[in-house]
Amino acid sequence: MGKLYEELTSDYRIKEGLNACINCGTCTAICPAAEFYKYDPRAIVDMVQTKDDDVIEELLNSETIWYCGECMSCVTRCPRKNAPGLVVMALRSMSMDKGYFINSEKGRQQYALTKALTNNILNYGYCIYPRTFKSELHPEAGPIWEWIEKNMDDVYARNGANLDGNGTGALRKIPKEDLEELKRIFNITGATQRIETINKYSISRAEELGLTEDEYFMKVFTETEKNHLNED
Amino acid sequence: MIYEGKKKIWKDYQKEIPDDHYFYVRSCIRQTLFPASEKTFLDITRNKLHKDFFETEHHTTCGGIAYHSDVIPQETVMTIIARQFALMKKYGYENYVCSCITSFGLYTETLETWHEFPQLQEKTAENLWKSCKLEFTKPKYLAHSSDIIYKFRNLIAEQAKYKLINQYTGEPLKVVEHIGCHYSKMFPSKGFGGAEYPYVLAGMIEAWGGEVVDYPERRHCCGFGFRQYLVKANRGYSISNTHKKFESMEPFKPDMIITNCPGCPYFLDRWQYAIAEMEGKTYGENGHGIPVFTYEEVAGLVMGYNPWDLGLQNHQIGTEILLDKIGIPYDPNMKYKGLNNKDLGIPEFPSCIK
Repeated sequence: MGKLYEELTSDYRIKEGLNACINCGTCTAICPAAEFYKYDPRAIVDMVQTKDDDVIEELLNSETIWYCGECMSCVTRCPRKNAPGLVVMALRSMSMDKGYFINSEKGRQQYALTKALTNNILNYGYCIYPRTFKSELHPEAGPIWEWIEKNMDDVYARNGANLDGNGTGALRKIPKEDLEELKRIFNITGATQRIETINKYSISRAEELGLTEDEYFMKVFTETEKNHLNED
Repeated sequence: MIYEGKKKIWKDYQKEIPDDHYFYVRSCIRQTLFPASEKTFLDITRNKLHKDFFETEHHTTCGGIAYHSDVIPQETVMTIIARQFALMKKYGYENYVCSCITSFGLYTETLETWHEFPQLQEKTAENLWKSCKLEFTKPKYLAHSSDIIYKFRNLIAEQAKYKLINQYTGEPLKVVEHIGCHYSKMFPSKGFGGAEYPYVLAGMIEAWGGEVVDYPERRHCCGFGFRQYLVKANRGYSISNTHKKFESMEPFKPDMIITNCPGCPYFLDRWQYAIAEMEGKTYGENGHGIPVFTYEEVAGLVMGYNPWDLGLQNHQIGTEILLDKIGIPYDPNMKYKGLNNKDLGIPEFPSCIK
């Protein structure tokens, strides 16, 4: 048993999600990601249960661990009560915390996700917040979102929300003391450390490419250079 | 749909939830995209059904979207969840109801993990005390807000002004129900009806006069996939999954779609627009899309709420085709007005889809 494997099994999602996989492939058959990407959750779980560090390191550096959509459809159908989705989540955490994520195109996208989501949480108390949900980054939101964006305060008021207001209600301004508690939770439970790790590796990568942080953000957010798709 | 088998499954998956006194927490996505649905939920439960649903401004995101985008660790979301539970305790409640399916799945997973590994619950309590000087108690009952509307579906039917019936034909409307994956795919026993044939929305459709469409990709994910939508480079995953569902439901000619997940109604609505833009394909009648609704919007419609109070003007796919079928009156001139009839202009109308 390798050291990486031993460390991976300290993640409760491995304790919960990996019993004895019988390699039946039911997870892959039901998986929405396997239909779209070159992705096979059965193979990932099988690789993890080799307990071989070289094999696990290959996964941590790979594109494949970033293809799952975490819908957890695999959990319902596994005849052995495994959770391949949870196994993938544990692999992703290890890939980020040890810096392997920077070696894959899909892994590098964590910079954009981390910046967008943790800024929303720590500044506003929400994962998704309308003033940072921009039409130019979301063309699929359609002309109706452009209209909402243009008339934001009035539209939310018409919908009975309390956008940035005091007291209760949808999109209320979450009190400063509550945001400070979230920040302290981030500091104590490893979220701040993860953000710093992602930023350290990503900014270094941006410098290598001669890009500013904003340019690097847009690069990982929008560009696809490799062929990830399942063409079968 | 063959009901006999489904009824047996539904009977096997029933859970007990109380009918009153809940601590209510909101959804980040629904506040942003469907704020009127949360308002309607509280209006129905508090003012029409006279129940106690309490909200405090001090609750926050549960962090679920960030957790499932792998941005924050499990220990972080568990501590944020424990903080929400501490607020519930502080305000004297023991029944917890959340508006978000991602949250519901995460709360369920967290409670199950703590049950399995009590040392992790102890560690979370320690983290909460260190960070916030708070102590928490686990809820006695955990519910999703669609569970509540399901529980009261017959009371809502008693107060209904309209039924899900086509006024032109007298036939029940054909309704696609789409359940958020994290409602019961991880823990089937925690959802009404289980994971394969959840009954939570089907029960509402039946109680309000409609007919459930049973189509092959009924349980397929809408395609949110967290990082697969939030990162622009990955959105092909998201639209492909929605496309697969629409291709599968198209032969059954649904009149409408009802959902219980925060993101699903947005994706099923907006990706129809994007598919029409990209391929010129529409799935409704005569160039229309299939209107997509939250369960609160449908409950509000049958109870006679003004469609624009329900926020239907914020959908990209027009809903008037369905309002006309049911016979619900609406004022087209008021659709895009603000409070006190304030003129907000009108959005651009895409030529590819109505």
